[in-house]
Amino acid sequence: MANPVSLTGRLFLSFMKEFNDILALFYNTIWWMISGPFRGKTAGRVSIFHQLVFAGVQSVVIVGFISLFTGIVIAMQSAYQLKQLGAVIYVAPMVSISMCRELGPVFSALVVAGRVGSAIAAELGTMKVSEQIEALETLALDPVRFLVVPRFLGLLIMLPCLTLLADFMGIIGGLIVAVTTLNIDMYRYMTFAFEFLKWKDVYTGLVKSSAFAIAISMISCHIGLGTAGGAEGVGKSTTTSVVISFIMIIVLDCVFTGIFFFSQM
Amino acid sequence: MENSKQEAREVIVAVEDLVRKFGDRVVLNGITMKIYKGETFVIMGGSGCGKSTLLRHIIGNLKPTSGRVSLLGTDITKLDGAELDGVRKKIGMSFQSSALFDSMTVGENVSLPLREHTKLGKSVIDIMVKMKLELVGLRGFEDLYPSEISGGMKKRVGIARAIAMDPQVVFYDEPTAGLDPIMSSVIDKLILDLSKKLQIASVVVTHDMKSVMNIADRIAMLYEGKVLQIGTPDEIRKSPNGIVQQFIQGSFDGPIRFFQEKDDYLEQLTK
Repeated sequence: MANPVSLTGRLFLSFMKEFNDILALFYNTIWWMISGPFRGKTAGRVSIFHQLVFAGVQSVVIVGFISLFTGIVIAMQSAYQLKQLGAVIYVAPMVSISMCRELGPVFSALVVAGRVGSAIAAELGTMKVSEQIEALETLALDPVRFLVVPRFLGLLIMLPCLTLLADFMGIIGGLIVAVTTLNIDMYRYMTFAFEFLKWKDVYTGLVKSSAFAIAISMISCHIGLGTAGGAEGVGKSTTTSVVISFIMIIVLDCVFTGIFFFSQM
Repeated sequence: MENSKQEAREVIVAVEDLVRKFGDRVVLNGITMKIYKGETFVIMGGSGCGKSTLLRHIIGNLKPTSGRVSLLGTDITKLDGAELDGVRKKIGMSFQSSALFDSMTVGENVSLPLREHTKLGKSVIDIMVKMKLELVGLRGFEDLYPSEISGGMKKRVGIARAIAMDPQVVFYDEPTAGLDPIMSSVIDKLILDLSKKLQIASVVVTHDMKSVMNIADRIAMLYEGKVLQIGTPDEIRKSPNGIVQQFIQGSFDGPIRFFQEKDDYLEQLTK
């Protein structure tokens, strides 16, 4: 049996190494994004466009669907409590604020981590085990510039957009409940929803979703590029990237919420 | 006599006392060899003897534990980033699994290095791609995707991509592995043709004995991370070394043993 102290130490060291590698990849990605255009070595426009479509446009339906139902559920759950206080109308700001500050960014990030992050890890992992990454290097082409930058940009641009969509769809979900079962008309619901909603609620959500986008793309790319061991390795990378991304999303969410809460933003 | 003639020729690859360890396992144990301009040099040996690892050291994808590799006159053991890329632009590599980019057509695969590393116009690049594909006998397949062509065709597209930048040396990792005998001969002939037509050095890593004897100017036999012998096909064929003889004849009996003697085995089991 291994000594628990040494085991903990080893786990901590391997965690620090992975974390360090992900930071190095992030640095590398930013460096290519900034210096690339000046040296005429940009990431391909076609592949960026492709990633924007894949990460963003093709996630619209599922993100919209999930947020709509989330909005409906929050409206019903909060109405259940607010009814006892005779303050059912406050369902509207309840839904709009919780969607914009918290649920919109987190749910859309979770969906995108499952849908896009896993695809990134699987694609890069397959390229790694079929020697395509090595082929790129041998052709004197940097995999970070070629593969990581488009995926990073795709998520960084599209996840905040999806978050806005999720915010909106959640509010619509609440509206459906308000109009059909709570006897609140559409005008009153919308007025209340937006009266209590401040700009900072929306932009703190967008700041969070940008951080999630960076985390998802860097984790998936790092794990994908580090794949070893054939088909089994690709499967393992895909699972690992989704699990780690999920954990990181929740941890980052906690950190950012803490920062915004204590700085009274 | 042979040696003095070779000294006068340009050295493309020089490997000096290359050692590589993975953990405690010594995979390459003091490899020294020189490869000259215009020759077809074959590195052969059994599976797991370190020949693919050696190739990855020569093209700079792996760094040695100790020793030196010089490629086209540049010591690449300490190089990284842009400097290493500068040398890599002058070499070509054909991979065991072809390693074509799935998301690109055959034409885009071959034109990729040209589009990225040169300032040539699109029409010029199109013509060059057609010429390179013509050389490997695949003109007219530009618009197909790698998933739509056979294994032998993929190998040839991989070779076309490797020669796209007119390299001074082309490396082939197991060019005939997994191909039928006719396609193997086609690839062998292609390697020879390219060496002759383009006057480039070819370095082939393989364990396919038929193809070795067909294409090699010189052969290096690797065994357990060491070079057993370097020589022309005739010299290798007449080699007094038992391991070399067993390998080229592909015989079960010989110095390389896969089964233990009965007594040794019993002793090991009961120990």
